[in-house]
Formats: sequence, structure tokens, C-alpha cells
Amino acid sequence: MRSSRLWAWLTFAVGAACFFIPLLATLEFSMRMRRGTYSFDAYKVVFGDPRFQATFSYSVVAAIMTIILGILIVVPAAYWIRLRLPQLRPIVEFITLLPLVIPAIVIVFGYIRMYGSSSPLPLLASSRSTDLLLVIGYATLALPYMYRAVDTGLRTIDVRTLTEAAQILGAGWSTIIVRVILPNVLIAVLSGAFLTFAIVIGEFTMASLLNRPAFGPYLQNIGANRAYEPAALAVIAFAITWGCMSVIQLLSRFAPRSSNRPN
Amino acid sequence: MTELSVPQPALAGNSAPPAEARSLRLPTQWLGVAPFFLFVLLFLILPTLYLVVGAFQTADGTFTLENLAALAQPSIRAAYWISIKVSVASALLGALVGLAIAIAIVRGGLPTWTRSATLTFSGVASQFAGIPLAFAFLATLGRLGLVTVLLNTAFGFNIYAHGFNILSFWGLTLTYLYFQIPLMVVIITPAIDGIRKEWGEAASTLGATQWQYWRMVVIPVIWPSFLGTVILLFANAFGAIATAYALTGSSLNIVPILLYAQIRGDVLHNANLGYAIAFGMIFITGLANIFYIWFRVRSERWLK
Amino acid sequence: MADTFLSIRNVRKTFATTTVVQDFNLDVARGEFVSFLGPSGCGKTTVLRMVAGFEEPSGGAIHIAGKDVTRLKPNQRNIGMVFQAYALFPNLTVAQNIAFGLKVAGAPRAEIDQRVAEMLSLIKLPEFGERFPYQLSGGQQQRVALARALAPKPKLLLLDEPLSALDAKVRVSLRDEIRGIQKELGITTVFVTHDQEEALSISDRIVVMYGGRAEQVGTPFEIYNRPSTRFVANFVGTLNVLEGTVSDAASGKVRINTEEIALKNKLNGSRTGETLSLALRPEAIALGRRAGHDANLSGEIAEVHFLGSVIRVRVGLGSSTVSLDTFNNSSTPPPTVGQRTEISFASEDVLVLH
Repeated sequence: MRSSRLWAWLTFAVGAACFFIPLLATLEFSMRMRRGTYSFDAYKVVFGDPRFQATFSYSVVAAIMTIILGILIVVPAAYWIRLRLPQLRPIVEFITLLPLVIPAIVIVFGYIRMYGSSSPLPLLASSRSTDLLLVIGYATLALPYMYRAVDTGLRTIDVRTLTEAAQILGAGWSTIIVRVILPNVLIAVLSGAFLTFAIVIGEFTMASLLNRPAFGPYLQNIGANRAYEPAALAVIAFAITWGCMSVIQLLSRFAPRSSNRPN
Repeated sequence: MTELSVPQPALAGNSAPPAEARSLRLPTQWLGVAPFFLFVLLFLILPTLYLVVGAFQTADGTFTLENLAALAQPSIRAAYWISIKVSVASALLGALVGLAIAIAIVRGGLPTWTRSATLTFSGVASQFAGIPLAFAFLATLGRLGLVTVLLNTAFGFNIYAHGFNILSFWGLTLTYLYFQIPLMVVIITPAIDGIRKEWGEAASTLGATQWQYWRMVVIPVIWPSFLGTVILLFANAFGAIATAYALTGSSLNIVPILLYAQIRGDVLHNANLGYAIAFGMIFITGLANIFYIWFRVRSERWLK
Repeated sequence: MADTFLSIRNVRKTFATTTVVQDFNLDVARGEFVSFLGPSGCGKTTVLRMVAGFEEPSGGAIHIAGKDVTRLKPNQRNIGMVFQAYALFPNLTVAQNIAFGLKVAGAPRAEIDQRVAEMLSLIKLPEFGERFPYQLSGGQQQRVALARALAPKPKLLLLDEPLSALDAKVRVSLRDEIRGIQKELGITTVFVTHDQEEALSISDRIVVMYGGRAEQVGTPFEIYNRPSTRFVANFVGTLNVLEGTVSDAASGKVRINTEEIALKNKLNGSRTGETLSLALRPEAIALGRRAGHDANLSGEIAEVHFLGSVIRVRVGLGSSTVSLDTFNNSSTPPPTVGQRTEISFASEDVLVLH
């Protein structure tokens, strides 16, 4: 049994190395801007760049809008399906698989064709409405993750039993949703929100094809024209992704759990 | 195509609630799910269908198969072929390496922190795709990348002189592995958890050696999950564009990049051909996902 | 005694700082059915796993049919094992599962097929060969597991709580089936369980274990009627315990509450004034006086539970209560709660607990 443990350690070590080396290399590269010494010059340039600030804040706002849209669409649906409409479950699960099947580029292609200037819903007509379309596109990309996060949260708190208990005690629907469901599902919603955030911040395809000044196209532009700043941006992007995932992990510790055995 | 009066059977009236009599009479549940279905219809299903239908039409709307036939032209065929090759390579390699890592953390007798650390980092790494990933690999294995320079100065081994180039098929595949391997680890670990210790003990009392047990029980049980995940990895790589675009620009002409150019500037001078390319993509990823689901269902059935 | 087939000598198992099994000794005769009975954590499964070869003893030796197997790997010991979780291979059919041991040993196709057919009829599932485990109920899966263990004709059969995961009814029918098959094949068997009714009903001998030690080894009758320690008395069957004080050690008189009974030869060593715990099985107590019962105590009916053929009565005797069963009699109504009554028992049925 000893040799198998050695192999396991070896595999683990190689895996860890393959994971960390690119990150270290990127960090090292990003600090090479000033000749002959390591410095954070590349980061200073990046943070000082007005285009960075503009596109990053654009993407942050877009992410927040996407999260709100996602919540409004997903939470009621997940709740009602779990509570009253279990027969819709297979359909919804299939639907949430679609954004993973239909690549983002195809989705945005469809948008451009369907909602162009000659369509009954000309969302591409103005830049504001195109922003809306971009947020919609982001929400579509994040749909599988958002739905799964909320659905898991609802299952863990056994929302059906909670609702029945509240009804027996005389609560009306608004009380149930506001006092019973929402507080318990908040953590799950936040998890979905952070995942959405991570997806939106780095997204390139949709923003680029819809010509919006988002962070993704900015990254691509920098990459084509500069040497050290892209590495700094990659480190920043990784830090953001890492931050989001850490928050999600942290949140899952505080997630309420029902002592019932949920179905 | 874009009519908003899409039939809403859900809202038509009070649908029968489940068996127990409920105090609520309003069709609240249908109102609750309506936004979801409306959204999905308008912004996921219809746009896709629009493209799919357009793939089978000529510019003036008549039904035709010539767009699909045109997909066979050399440049487009080459693009599909490269996409498939990159996706297959990164999927197979990613799956094998990911499987090895998953086995190591689940059954390798390692301390428990290795398992949670690996799963956490894999979760993060599988999301770290797109353009920053390209930058990261350029900084690692590009001409001036850290690893390239280290190999050169410490071992005198210049990988570029030996024909390696990050801006190539293998460079892209290697870059894709950075999120393919973690994705494999995350998905296959539960399947390996499912290999119960008692099976090994039972096999042992029945006289089997470790190898016989693996050959006759473990591998057949894991096989559907493994294959299904390979296919998922394939679909994942096939639809990706941002990393490739940032890494190789248009020099490595994979299908998403071709489509990108077409959307941007109608380089093919045939809008419907663009639809056909999109349709081809959906067809391939759709087929892959069907197989994935089929394998998943099979393996879950056994491990009930 | 018949020849010893399985011999466990001075076996000990220590994990880090805890000793899980202490100085375990047992000889099992050929064809005997022995149960290890005890609460969780008593070490019974550990001993079984050492016999199987999954754990190595920290000390002592294990011999099967005269051969020292202590250091042998499990796949070299030629034993059959049935697990609590069935452990059927999910990717193989029932027939393939049963054939596994023979296939591994390289037996010819024809022999395998014949043996599988034999086993299927032995477990009474002749039509199930092509089914997969997930298509079977728990009880069926366990029968297949048994067939799989027996197919390669092992020398010893080990069962690790095989019935614990099954429904109550299936448990009862399957344990009889296991015993029937075991008798038919005459295979030496060790059966681990925490269910004392199970152990009592099907074993030739029982080893009651607690805290890593064998508390008592004996036939079911011995274990039940002559428990040698307080733990065994409490664990196996129900026990009524009365507190009494020795009023006269010489004549064996013991005072319980305000009444006195005479325990002729049971007070070995106890002196006058000492308090004792006296234990009685429910079936030893009768409601009212009875010929042959030389001890009587009075009390009040506290609870009456009509269970059909049996009426379970709890009688309060001062500060303690005893539970006794009486049979239903269609012409006599059950006693009423609050009624004053007498209970009687034979002094020789009393167990003095130390």
C-alpha cells in the first residue's frame, strides 16, 4: 500500500504545481515592467488608466443588473416549481442545460439577428437598450448556475415543509415569502450572485459583438497592444474570481439547513 | 418570429393543484413561473430557433440545404476540423489527468486537507477561463514567459528552438487544460466516492487480486461517468472563443472565431451561411450533451 | 467436542492508543453456527474482520482448519463474507456476481454455469440470473450476496450484521433461510449481530461481547437462563430488577420493601444488611400464587397492555415495578389498573446480580 500512497502524493504535487506555476509566472511577468527590477508599475498603469476604470465600472454595474434580473426571474420560478409544480422540473432542468449547449457566441448572434433595427423589439436601436440586451444575455449565460444555486438552497431548507408549517399557523402568502422563504434562501441567492459576478466581469464574446464598453473587450484590446499590463490584469481577474469563489464557500457555511431529510 | 403573443398555456386559467386540497385558489404558481419561461423563450429559445431556421433558408426565405452543403467548403471544414481536434485533445488529456488527480485525493490515502483543498482550487480554476487565461499562459510559456526562460537558463533547454510555440494548436490545447482538468476533477470525484469500500473487500474474500478487482468492477463502473465527462469537456472546449481569440488571434481558425468574424463583418458574404455555421456548432455541442446525459443516466442507475 | 475448525487464540487489536479487542479466545467446531452478539463498539466486527483478514491482529493467532492464517491476505484465505451493505457489484448481473469467485479462480465456463444455477436454486431465485442489483429488493440482494459468498465453496462463512439494513419481516424470514442453508451445507459460520433475538434464534453458540472482551460464551439457553455477568443479563432479554436488603444471611432471607423472601443458596458471600440487586425474567413471574412458586410479593397493578395473545402487565412493588406477561384467556378479563395483587416466583429463578 505504500507505493500507491507515493503515487498519490506525486500526482497531487504535480497537479498543484500545474495549478500554481501559471499564476506565479503571471505575477512575476506582471512585475517586470520596470527594467531590471521587480515593481508594481504595471498595476499602477492599469489602475490609473481611465479606460480601465470606465470599463471595469461598466461591467460591475452590468453584473449587478444581471444579478437583480436573475433573482427576479429565477427565485419565484424555483420556489413555485419546488412547491406546486414538480412536473415542470424536468423541463426546467433541460432548459437550464441549454446555455451550456448553445455557446455564447451563437446566443448573441441570435440576438443581433432577432432584435436588430427591423424587428418588432428593436433592442439594438439605442445604446441604452443594447445595454439592456447585454444584461439579458449575461442573465441567460448565468441562468444554469443561478437556478442550481437557488434550487439547492430551497431543497436544503425543505421549503415545502416550511410553507406548510407556516400555513397551518395561519400565515398568508406575503408573510410566508417575506418572513419564511426569503431569509432562508438569501444565502443561496448570494452564492448564485457571486458566481454571476465572476462570469460577467470577464465575459468577452457578447460585449464585443454588441459593441459595449465592457471589461472583456478592454482586456482583449490591452492584450493586443501592451506587454506587461495584460499580465497584471490577469492577476487582478484571478484575484476577483478567487474572491468570489471564497465568498461562496464562506456563505455555504452560514447556509441554513433543515433537520428534515429533504427529498 | 418575434411575436410576443406566444401561447402561454400556463396562464390560461387555474391549473389543478396537486392532490391535497389547498386553501389558495389563485393561479399564483403559474404567475410565479411565467417570467422565467417568458424570458427563456424570448432570449434563449427563439433566437436559437431563428438561427436554426435561417440555416435552412436562402436570402429570400426559400427552404434549402445548400447552406449546410456549403459548410463542406475547405476553409469552413478546416475550421470545424481544428475545433474538433483541439476540443478532443484537451478533453481526453484533461480527463485522464483529472481522473488521476481525483483518484489520488479520494483513494490515495492522503490526508483530508488535500481533498478539500483540491476541490476548492479546482472549483476556482474551472471558472478561470476567457482572456485572462490567455494572458496567464503567455506569461508562463510565451517566448518571454517564466517557464520558458527558466528552462533555458537553468537547463539550457530552449523549447521554442525545439518547435514549441504557445501560439499554436498544442499551445491552445495546453491552455485549455488549465480549466479542463479542474472541471474533470470536480465532476468525477463524486463518481469515485461512489466506489464503495465493501466492494473491494467482497472481491478480496472472493479471491480477486487488486488488479482483477479494478478490471472487473471499478473500471466498468466508472467508465460511463468518465466517458460522459470527456464528452462534456469536449462540448465545453468546442464553444469557447475568448481564450483562443486572445491567444492566437485569427491565426488559429477555430469555428467560433470564424463565426465571430462572420458576425462582425460578414466575411463570407452570405448571412445564411453564418446561420449554418452556428447551426453546425449547436448540432455538435447538442449531440455531445445528449450523449453526456445518456451516460450520466446509465451510471446513476447502477449506483442507485 | 467435534474437531475445532476455527481457532482464535489470544487475539488483541489496538488502534493508536485504544485497545478495541482484548485477549479474545474462541474455538469453533466444524459446521457450527456461532454468533457474536453485543452493542456497537464492543469489538465484534473487529474480531470478524481479523478473521477475514481486513485487519491484522496486534497480537495472537488465528487458525483455520489447522492452518495459521494470521498473516495471510483476505484473498488467500478461502472464506466467504456477507456484508451489511450487500456490496454486490453494480455493473454485473446476479449470475455474474455469483460467478465472480469462480471466474477469478479460472474455473471453466461449464462448471461456472452449473454452480451458478445451483446457487440460484439454493437461494430460491432461479429466474433472477440476468437481473442487475439495482432491480432487486434489499432481501433479494442479500440472498444473492450469500450465494456469491458460497459459490466458490469456502471453508468458512462470515456474516457482518447482514440483516440490519432490512425490514423487520424480511429480517425474520431471511435469518431462518440463512440458518437453513448453513445446516444444509454444513459450513462453519460466524455471524455478527447486535440483535439478541436474532442471535438467540439461530445460533448453536453465542459469544456476548462488551468493551472488547467476550463476556460469556454459551448456548442460547445458557446465555439467557444463566447469564454470568450483569451485562449479559441486562443485554439479553428483558430483566426485572428489584432492590433488596439481606435481613439474615444464614437463612438466606432478603427483605424487599416490607416483605421478605427466602433465597436458599443464592447469597454466596453476602452479609446481613448488604443491599442486593435481584433480577427476574418476566416469564418467571406469575400473577397471583402458583404451586412451586415459593416467593410472594404484593403490589398494585400499574399498567395493563393488551397485546392480543399476550397481556403485558406492569406491577408496582413499592418503589420498583416489574413487568410480566400472561396469556390471554377468553373467559377471564384482564386485570384492572389500581387493583391490589400478588406476584409469585420460584426463588431458584432469581438471579443475584453483582
